[in-house]
Amino acid sequence: MKVVVDMNKCQDHGQCVFSAPDVFQLDDTGRLAYVSDPDDALRDEVEEAADVCPLQAIRIEA
Amino acid sequence: MAETAHVPRSPGRVVVAGASMGGLRAAEQLRAAGWTGAITVIGDEPHMPYNRPPLSKDVLAGTASFESLAFTPRASAADVEWRLGTTVTSARLDERVVGLDDGTELAFDGLVVATGMRPRKLRCDGPSGPGSGRHTVRTLADARGLRDELTRPGVRVVVIGAGFIGCEVAATAKGLGVGEVTVVDPEPLPMLRPLGELLARSLHRRHEERGVRFALGAGVAGFEGEDRVTGVVLTDGTVLAADVVVESVGSVANTEWLDGNGLDLSDGVLTDEQLRVGGHPNVVAVGDVARFPNARYDGVPRRVEHWSIPTDSAKHAAKSLVAHLAGSVAQPAPFAPLPTFWSDQHEFRLQSFGAPALGIADVRVLDGHPEGDVLVGYHRDDRLVGVVALGGPAATTGAARYRAQLLARPALIS
Repeated sequence: MKVVVDMNKCQDHGQCVFSAPDVFQLDDTGRLAYVSDPDDALRDEVEEAADVCPLQAIRIEA
Repeated sequence: MAETAHVPRSPGRVVVAGASMGGLRAAEQLRAAGWTGAITVIGDEPHMPYNRPPLSKDVLAGTASFESLAFTPRASAADVEWRLGTTVTSARLDERVVGLDDGTELAFDGLVVATGMRPRKLRCDGPSGPGSGRHTVRTLADARGLRDELTRPGVRVVVIGAGFIGCEVAATAKGLGVGEVTVVDPEPLPMLRPLGELLARSLHRRHEERGVRFALGAGVAGFEGEDRVTGVVLTDGTVLAADVVVESVGSVANTEWLDGNGLDLSDGVLTDEQLRVGGHPNVVAVGDVARFPNARYDGVPRRVEHWSIPTDSAKHAAKSLVAHLAGSVAQPAPFAPLPTFWSDQHEFRLQSFGAPALGIADVRVLDGHPEGDVLVGYHRDDRLVGVVALGGPAATTGAARYRAQLLARPALIS
């Protein structure tokens, strides 16, 4: 699974962090960091993270 | 004519009435819950579902294209049938059929009510209708129409209603360079009822410092002008000159199509704790049209117009509906979402978790100061029921720290 976050859209709401903490994190400055090739077992979590992103900035490829 | 055996529709059809975020999420979650039958989504706008919060901000400011607002349906929902530009006008729930505005009827095995809300409009004297300068902000077409007017040089804007939309529109208009922006509200402070006095006062000051004017403690008596509005007459006799008026005075549930089914439609559609409508286990409601009890709080049914609710309720309602259609009698745990909302106004953000409106009588500063970044806790019976941050990223991050605590709280009433 490949995860792409449009960092031009991202406004660091952090909702994705609650849904998929193994994939998305906010760093010390409050900016988003994420794993771009998470294990496929995390697909449900990542799909939920994409759903709850207020900016709809998270895309799941394949 | 070829002989065909009678094949029952197997396993049937779910009709989703409403094609905004709640309708899309419902369709996706029906698939996630194992529904393999047909899904038909009916929506009255010509667009596929799109994200509404940017309408009062980025779309109005001209920094977001429609393409950037459109939701990308999950691959699992690729076979969903979308009937756009079509309105559901009636329903006979006992007969499992809905009527459409093109005169056709559509049979269903399961029905999802996702028809949402529409803006309330003031009924008072004065010009009204297209071209009158009076606007609401709910749809993409609304936002585009308002933007065209806000970008006219020297335009004077009156925003009626100091809630979320009103405050966001006022801030965006200022950001666009509009000289005169006045917000009218009968309450003494903006966003007083959802946030309480402490944050409302802080917001008021922040808006005024950025040039937004307020006419508070007054209602609207009427509009001046012939074909186009030229002024807003307040109940205290004041007249505010206006070229553009934005009405953000609440919303009305789109439930008329459900009339005649014996349902409680007094404020949205009443559901049980599984989001089932009026004793029909094959009919569920999602999004802000659903008036549901939240087991996390006091069990009083309420509509919740927060962005998180369509997604949360669609997930629960889809499970509840698919379980019923599959013949299961198992009861899922009651729906108990943690509402969240945010609002961007000028350069600062409001971020909320929980239900602050339930704890408005006991508001405590948890961190920071109302003059700057501030984190506020709302309590009921001495329990934290909501937190709201106002300010920059640090405040938002602070609010998130309390989310787990709000989630872990047992229900106030068991």
